[in-house]
Amino acid sequence: MSKTKLLQGNEACAEGALYAGCNFFGGYPITPSTEVAEYLSRELPKVGGAFIQMEDEIAAMGSVIGASLAGAKALTATSGPGFSLKQENLGYAMITEIPCVVIDVMRGGPSTGVPTGPSQSDIMQCKWGTHGDHPVICLTPGYVQEIFDETVRAFNLSEKYRTPVIVAYDEIIGHMRERVEIPDQGVIPVVNRTKPPQGLAKYLPYDDTKGDVPPMANFFEGYRYHVTGLNHAPDGFPINAHPRIHTDEERLIRKVDGNRADICKNELYKTEDAEIGIFAYGASARAAKDAIDAARAEGIKVGLFRPLTMWPFPEEAVCAFAKQVKTIIVPELSLGQIILEVERVSKAQCGIEGIFRVDGDPITPAQILAKIKEVK
Amino acid sequence: MAFDYSPYLRGGKLPHIWCPGCTYGIVFKSLLRSLDGLKQNKDDLALVSGIGCASRLPGYVDANTLHTAHGRALTFATGIKMARPEKRVIAMSGDGDATAIGGNHFIHACRRNIDITVLVFNNYIYGMTGGQHSPTTPVGHKASTMTYGNVDPNFDIAKLAIGAGASFVARGTAYHVPALDKILTEAIEHKGLSVVEVINACPTTHGRRNKFKNATDQLLWMKDSFLPKAAFEKLPADKTEGKLPLGVLYKDGNATEYCETYFAMTAGVRAQNEGRA
Ligand SMILES: Cc1ncc(C[n+]2csc(CCOP(=O)(O)OP(=O)(O)O)c2C)c(N)n1
Ligand code: SF4
Repeated sequence: MSKTKLLQGNEACAEGALYAGCNFFGGYPITPSTEVAEYLSRELPKVGGAFIQMEDEIAAMGSVIGASLAGAKALTATSGPGFSLKQENLGYAMITEIPCVVIDVMRGGPSTGVPTGPSQSDIMQCKWGTHGDHPVICLTPGYVQEIFDETVRAFNLSEKYRTPVIVAYDEIIGHMRERVEIPDQGVIPVVNRTKPPQGLAKYLPYDDTKGDVPPMANFFEGYRYHVTGLNHAPDGFPINAHPRIHTDEERLIRKVDGNRADICKNELYKTEDAEIGIFAYGASARAAKDAIDAARAEGIKVGLFRPLTMWPFPEEAVCAFAKQVKTIIVPELSLGQIILEVERVSKAQCGIEGIFRVDGDPITPAQILAKIKEVK
Repeated sequence: MAFDYSPYLRGGKLPHIWCPGCTYGIVFKSLLRSLDGLKQNKDDLALVSGIGCASRLPGYVDANTLHTAHGRALTFATGIKMARPEKRVIAMSGDGDATAIGGNHFIHACRRNIDITVLVFNNYIYGMTGGQHSPTTPVGHKASTMTYGNVDPNFDIAKLAIGAGASFVARGTAYHVPALDKILTEAIEHKGLSVVEVINACPTTHGRRNKFKNATDQLLWMKDSFLPKAAFEKLPADKTEGKLPLGVLYKDGNATEYCETYFAMTAGVRAQNEGRA
C-alpha cells in the first residue's frame, strides 16, 4: 500500500533518499536545508544507516564520497554558503566518478545573503561551481511530490552514471507542505551501481573500452585499487601531460551530455499553440502557470517550458521552443542566470525577456502576466 | 633473512616520487613491517591521504587506497569508517595537510575518537609545493615564504591531538626506526583515534635552506633532539630546551569509540521499534 503524507519539501527529499536506499548522510546545518538532516538523523538509525554531522560542509562532502566508495548510498544537503564550501570535493567526486547526491536548497546570496529567503541564484554554480571542465547532472523539482520523485531519480542517475547528482530547489518549495504519495518499494525502480564481475585477474576502475561508464568496485570487496583526484589512467594512477587526459575528460562530459535522452526531463504546459513562451523552474514556474491561465482567459496564447533536469541543459528542446514562439520570458529569482543559457541555445530565433527578483519575495503571477501583456 | 616487502607493494609503481635523502621511505617501510607484523589482510585495509609528498604513500601499497584533496583525508576516512566500521582505516598527511588546511578536520576526528590511525609526517615544511612555511616550521627557520626567518608560532602536533581528545598519541622519528615499528603497530592496533607524529626530514626544501649539509645531518639532529619519554621526563628542567619526548605520549584504553557508540545507539533504536511493533 502506498502511503500518502503531508510533507514539507525537505522532508519529502529525505523520504525520497530513503526510498532510493540512502544509508549514509553527512551534513552540516544550514537554513533552509536543515530539515533534510534532521529528518534523516531520526530515520537512518531505524534502517541501519548512519548519520553524521561533520565539522563543516567540506568535511560533509568528503564523508559522503568516502562512504560511497565504501559501498554506501550517500547524501548531503546544504544551502548557499555551504554549497560554496562543497565545491572542491564535488569536483573530486566528478573526476573520480564516485556516485553521491547533493541537495542545494537555494537561498539568497552572495555570502550569507538572505538565509530565509528563496532564491534561484545557485543555478550557474551548480554547473560551474567547481574548477575545471566537468560533467554535471542537476535536477530542479518544482513541487513537494517532485522533490520526492527527483531525489529518487537523483540517486538512480548517480549510480547509473557514476557521478554526483545535484538536486536544486528554492526555499519556497523546500519549506512548503504538500501532499506526497510514497509508492511501495519496487514501484519506482531503484538503480544500483554496476559492479565488475568477480574474479578478474586485474580490475581497472577507469576502463573505458566497454563504454563510457566503467563498472565500479566498492572498497573492501577484493579489488584493491587506487583512487586519486589527479587525472588518471585506466588503473586509477596519476598521469601527467598525456593525451588520455583530454580524451578522458571528454568521456566524463559525454557520459552525461551524451545521455540527454535518458537524463533530461521537462514539463510542457499549454505549449501546443503557444505564441509566447515562458521558461521557468521551481517556484517561478508555479507562478508562471497561474499567469498562463490568466492570460489564456484573455485569449493570449502562452505556454511554459519547465525543466526538471536543468543540467545537462535541454538544448534541442529549448531551441525548438524558441523556433515556435515569438518571445520567451524567463522569470527567475536571480539577476539573470539561466536566461543566459536560454539565450545561447535559442540562437536568436525569438525575443528573450527576463523577470528578475532578489528581494526575498517570490515572483508573482501578476508580475509575469504584466510581462506577457507587454510582449504580446 | 631480509624482510620481504613485496607482498604489500603494488607491482610496477616504484620508483617512488620522493627525493634522494627524503626520509619518507623509511617511514613507509616501517609501516609495511608493522602491517605485516599485524598480519593485516589487505582487502580489509584502506589507506587514505590528502595532498603533498607524504600523501603519495598510499599509492605504493597494495590495499584500498584513496588520495583525496588537500587537508581532507580525515573527512573521507570518516565516511569510509562509518560505512564499514569493521574495516581498518589508516590516514596520512604532511604537517601542512594535517594541521593547516586540515586542522579543523584533525581536531574533530580526535574529538570523536573514531577508530582511525592518523600518521602525520612532520617535516616542518610544505615539501611538495617547494618549501613554504607550515604550522610546524621552527621559528627563525627559512622557508620560501619566510625569506628572513619564520615568525609564525608553531603547533605541537602531539599536544594538539591530546588536547583535542585523541585516545592514543605517540611521536616517532625516521631516525629511531625500531621504536617507530613498535609505535606504529601499537597505534594501528589501538581502538579509537590514534595519532602518530612522525618526525621527518625534507632535505630538498627545508634542510638545505637551514644549514643542514645533507639528509644525514638532519637524521643526526633527530638523534640528538628526541629521546624516549621516560628519559625525557628525567631531564632536569634546564636541559629540556630543544628536546622532545618520543614514544607513546598518551593512551586511554577505555575511551569510547565513535562508531561503536553510534551503532550501539542505532541498534537500540531498532530494538525499541521492534518491541513496539
Ligand atoms: C586546496 C589546495 N590548496 C593548496 C594546494 C597546494 N598544495 C599541495 S601540497 C601542499 C602542501 C604540502 O605540504 P605538507 O602537507 O606539509 O606535505 P609534504 O609535501 O611536506 O609531505 C600545498 C599547499 C592544493 N593542492 N590544494
Ligand atoms: S620535497 Fe621534501 S618531502 Fe617532498 S619528496 Fe622531496 S625531500 Fe621529501
